[in-house]
Amino acid sequence: MGKVAFWQGNRAIAMGAIAAGIRFYAGYPITPSSEIAEILSGELPKVGGIFIQMEDEIGSMAAAVGASLAGLKSMTATSGPGFSLKQENIGFAIMAEVPVVIVDVQRGGPSTGTPTKPLQGDFMQARWGTHGGFPLIVLSPSTVRECYDLTIEATNLAERFRSPVIILSDEVIGHMRERIEIPDDSEINLIERKRPTVSPENYLPYRADPEDDIPPMAAYGDGYRFHVTGLVHDELGLPTNDPKEIEALNLRLIRKFEKGKDLLAKYSTFAVDDAQVLVVAFGCVARSAMGAIREARKMGYKVGLFRPIILWPFPDEPLMRMASNVKTVIVPEMNPGLMVREVERAVRGKCEVHSLIRLDTEIITPSQIIEKIREVA
Amino acid sequence: MPRESVMRFLRLGLFPHIFCAGCGHGIALHAIIRAFDSLGYDPKDIMVVSGIGCSSRISGYINANTLHTTHGRALAFATGVKLAKPSLKVVAVMGDGDCAAIGGNHFIHAARRNIDITAIVLNNYIYGMTGGQASPTTPHGAKGSTAPYGFIERQFDLCNLAGAAGAVYVARATVFHIPQMEKFVKKALEKKGFSFVEIVSICPTQFGRRNRLRSPVDMMNWLKDNSVPVSKAKEMSQEDLEGKIVIGEFIDKEMIEYTELYRELCKAALREGASEC
Repeated sequence: MGKVAFWQGNRAIAMGAIAAGIRFYAGYPITPSSEIAEILSGELPKVGGIFIQMEDEIGSMAAAVGASLAGLKSMTATSGPGFSLKQENIGFAIMAEVPVVIVDVQRGGPSTGTPTKPLQGDFMQARWGTHGGFPLIVLSPSTVRECYDLTIEATNLAERFRSPVIILSDEVIGHMRERIEIPDDSEINLIERKRPTVSPENYLPYRADPEDDIPPMAAYGDGYRFHVTGLVHDELGLPTNDPKEIEALNLRLIRKFEKGKDLLAKYSTFAVDDAQVLVVAFGCVARSAMGAIREARKMGYKVGLFRPIILWPFPDEPLMRMASNVKTVIVPEMNPGLMVREVERAVRGKCEVHSLIRLDTEIITPSQIIEKIREVA
Repeated sequence: MPRESVMRFLRLGLFPHIFCAGCGHGIALHAIIRAFDSLGYDPKDIMVVSGIGCSSRISGYINANTLHTTHGRALAFATGVKLAKPSLKVVAVMGDGDCAAIGGNHFIHAARRNIDITAIVLNNYIYGMTGGQASPTTPHGAKGSTAPYGFIERQFDLCNLAGAAGAVYVARATVFHIPQMEKFVKKALEKKGFSFVEIVSICPTQFGRRNRLRSPVDMMNWLKDNSVPVSKAKEMSQEDLEGKIVIGEFIDKEMIEYTELYRELCKAALREGASEC
């Protein structure tokens, strides 16, 4: 067992980043994520890593992508308004296949919204925020320990898939303090991006390995000279207008996640074996849902929890399997009703789906969820 | 034809290039790679970063480490690369709209930090690729596709801006003044810190044809007739300088560079970390 600490979620993310091998952080101050930058400004120099406070959110995202291309595992963190600004270069990282981790500690929105209070309104923005509609990976922690673990996992997935990976936290998880057992480094498994095995003369920066559809990645300055662009490109990395080459790249950017889908199904369940009612919740709301289910069970309701940990790709298949065995699904969420759409799509009419939303920036309580259970069970 | 040793800096497989007939950008590209060659740089040590626009296609044509980014963001990406790999000679090639409009914030802050990057702006006074819209450097009164009655805004002086923001080397040349352009690029590349060269380029296709400078020759003559060396400009009145292009070196000073400061910071953090333990 490792050390025990009493940390807030934002600290767990920052320290998880150090453990994950993140050695570059670029950011811009924004509530409620700023502690991540503050902590890393102190921690990164101690491990020879780089911290830079950029002039804006767009520049932070750009610098993180640039540093990753030069070989460092890199990260940035923000909240809603800053997340909107980062979308431009998140799209660049999708197109150019650059590993990078983006933390979004959600607050209330739209616009400036409620900087110090939580909502979960970026559920869709995380997936669809950048133009083009191409896939990326989104993880959602519900505990402080999970902030630590999922930061390591996000970094590993970014390296493995050569993709931006988003950690969708929220103000509750970010600022909540909790007892955390910090795992020893020996318990942590780190994944490094695939490096080219060919000589620089024979290196094609965007020729993917057929088995996983992911190209090996050289770093700038390591002797491999190559071109990276946000334009559609051929295997040499050079711009192309040939419809065949355009289609080949576009399809591969989707297919690489399909081929690796076993690594991308991550969820947890509680009391689902005999459940007639399934609560589907993520982030801070999943904590209330746990409390609600324990109480409702005592009252005789057969209720279980399904909590997606990887939010995107959305866990269609496991949810569909579970939906076949229940009468009703309840989706409590602190946004205008976003995840419920995905749940409805995934269960394909196999059961009823009920939405429970709360928009006053107070966390959904267990009693609200119990009330809904009584109403629909 | 370029000299043989210069050719190794070109990705000939990507030719023919996308520049229009009479464009000045090829002349600037040639000057940049001649500067690389005469300084004896190895292509594998050079990092060229660009944004979006005609000028930004230059990164693709240079056979080095190259990164063609998003509109205005070249310097922000370049900052990440330089910090991660300080041994790389990092050059950002931008256009006037790219650098001074959408990328203006990154430009002033890269200069303020004095990070060791050479920023080169190919200023053709117009958004060429998107069809001749007015840019922050379009001269007052000139016409563009979004300024059919003449541009009523004031023109940005990019050298003044770079200097005020803290660049340690600032110079302006034009694609007519070829030896001078190459000399300034060389000095900028060798300068430790944030160096800036504005190269006034020509766009007969989008700027010239709307502004009675239809042919490339007209535009070249316009550069020649309107350029004033900085020494002479000092003796001219503001009125006489109206519409002129002041060329030469404006700033050349020494100041501690950002990545060096960062290395010092790391050493201090390590010492402090050790004393805590």
